[in-house]
Amino acid sequence: MDILTQQLINGLVLGSIYALVALGYTMVYGILELINFAHGEVTMIGAMVALTVIGLLLGMAPELPGLMVVFSGLLVAIPACMALAFAIEKVAYRPLRRAPRLAPLITAIGVSIILQNVAMLVWGRQYVAFPAILPQGQYEVFGAHITDLQLVIVALSLTTMAGLWLLVERTRLGRAMRATAQSKEVAALMGVNVDRVISATFVIGAAIAAIAGVMVSAYYGLAHYHMGFLLGLKAFAAAVLGGIGNIAGAMLGGLLLGIIEALGAGYIGDLTGGFLGSHYQDVFAFFVLILVLVFRPSGLLGERVANRA
Amino acid sequence: MRTALDALRARPRLAFALLAALLVALPFLVGAGLGNSWVRVLDFVLLYILLALGLNIVVGYAGLLDLGFIAFYAIGAYVYALLASPHFGLHLPFWAILPISMALAGLFGVLLGTPTLRLRGDYLAIVTLGFHEIIRIFLNNLNAPYNLTNGPQGINLIDPITIGGHALSRPLELFGVTVPSTYLYYYVFLAFTLLVMAVAIRLQDSRLGRAWAALREDEVAAAAMGINTRNVKLLAFAMGATFAGLAGGLFASFQGFVSPESFSLWESFLVLCMIVLGGMGHIPGVILGAALLTVIPEALRYLGDLQRATLGHVVLDPADLRMLLFGIALVIMMIYRPAGLIPSRQRKRELTARDGVAEQEQASLYDAKA
Repeated sequence: MDILTQQLINGLVLGSIYALVALGYTMVYGILELINFAHGEVTMIGAMVALTVIGLLLGMAPELPGLMVVFSGLLVAIPACMALAFAIEKVAYRPLRRAPRLAPLITAIGVSIILQNVAMLVWGRQYVAFPAILPQGQYEVFGAHITDLQLVIVALSLTTMAGLWLLVERTRLGRAMRATAQSKEVAALMGVNVDRVISATFVIGAAIAAIAGVMVSAYYGLAHYHMGFLLGLKAFAAAVLGGIGNIAGAMLGGLLLGIIEALGAGYIGDLTGGFLGSHYQDVFAFFVLILVLVFRPSGLLGERVANRA
Repeated sequence: MRTALDALRARPRLAFALLAALLVALPFLVGAGLGNSWVRVLDFVLLYILLALGLNIVVGYAGLLDLGFIAFYAIGAYVYALLASPHFGLHLPFWAILPISMALAGLFGVLLGTPTLRLRGDYLAIVTLGFHEIIRIFLNNLNAPYNLTNGPQGINLIDPITIGGHALSRPLELFGVTVPSTYLYYYVFLAFTLLVMAVAIRLQDSRLGRAWAALREDEVAAAAMGINTRNVKLLAFAMGATFAGLAGGLFASFQGFVSPESFSLWESFLVLCMIVLGGMGHIPGVILGAALLTVIPEALRYLGDLQRATLGHVVLDPADLRMLLFGIALVIMMIYRPAGLIPSRQRKRELTARDGVAEQEQASLYDAKA
């Protein structure tokens, strides 16, 4: 029972991070039908920028409270990622708006390679440690431990998701985004500046990615130039699991994926009589994804669209 | 130059003989001109051409976006490694293993294809990607409790290909000329590449090839025309995977060593980049793409020498720089030649036509909305 609660908590924390990254994938996909493979790398850059700022601040004023230092890092990382995503969209994706479908996908892979290698040149091949400056409190809930950091991560994720939800559902920009997702042409006829909406979508996704990047590096205590890759893959899997293009789906998919992974890692040893161990954790995400898609080919919350070519 | 080409076109037999002579002499030319390490690169070019031709069937012909193609390559390689190495003490001859490698990879292709029949476009992409990760993680971890794959260390001391009692890992003395091992592998790989190329060309205009094209352009219409879309899709997966299995077996024997690290997702992306960059669905384009993307990263290794020559010392490690330049090249290529370097005639027409029908066709090409 304790293990179950513990793994549920761990899964929820991990899942809320996946959900945040998945949002960036799903928003871009909803509008451009582009798998933005570089999104995972944007997350990584967010973590790296924040860590640099945190390191600088700690060097200058070590007496500052930890939470404040981390938030200042975050406050620099967010605009940095937004600017990066704006530039990527403008330089790499916009010229390909009318190109055959696979061309932007290759570009996305190219951008992903570029960002990884630039990060490697700037921050080196080593793991960058996240300084232990955050409050380390621990609470007991139903026999399981939950840390301050976990609480902050979940709370911040939920706030971010709520904010995004309001933005998409209640603001002029959100309405323009939804209209563009339905039909770029008609949206343009209605006076929506489609180019600007697409830019905005990338930028908003990147801001959320920066938050996720900082959270994931704080959670694992380190960052690495390669960390965006698997994180991005899993987040993309989460977005597809929920039904790609669907914002609520990305949130649901992310949380589910995190919980499944945590439960899987916790129980696989018992289930298989010790044959498979917890190092198979990464298999679950993809295995469940395949299973769900077999039965619901357009994801959990994806619309069922009649077959059309 | 142009007149020389025209003259050759008028004499196909002469052109054929010249091409054959060039292909036979190529390793010696490359070896003499650039050094023997480049013959090894040449071998890899052929392996990647095999892979690209295989993926071209799935993505280029049938329009099924497969991001996990290297998984089949890995399966082929591991089958070879397990059946011809001290790991299990088995040492089957290569002509017995290659069919097993191919068959097993093909079987996995069907295994992946079956549950994904209903998926379209990008949903298929993520499932193939997930399949790849699953295979890789299993290869990495199946060393306990029963040691099947030897985990991250991989399998060592794999038998070389042996033809006529001569192991290709040793140089061959022929009429007083010593032919090094990499040259011998070149000829074996070349033979397989030509064979696969012939199959791929013959497939393109076959009944099956036309069914794939129909499926790619419009699945519903294809089904309405009486094409059994299920079987045709599965055949595309199976055939692509079989080619990858073949390439995997050859790779294992050539390298003498396999480990999960050789089969990262990047390799899948790389092969996809090859066919898109060269011109999807068009065999000369695919071959050019595979050759370029294998040679360019190797050539970029010389950036270190260049820096030493111009700046006096190495400022940026070429190993760090070459992947960066590779990424930049991909982005720039796609902006200026989105249809690839040598697109097929049909694709070129679709991309340049200005009328509405063609634009619609263009929008639907490789487009599989869920």
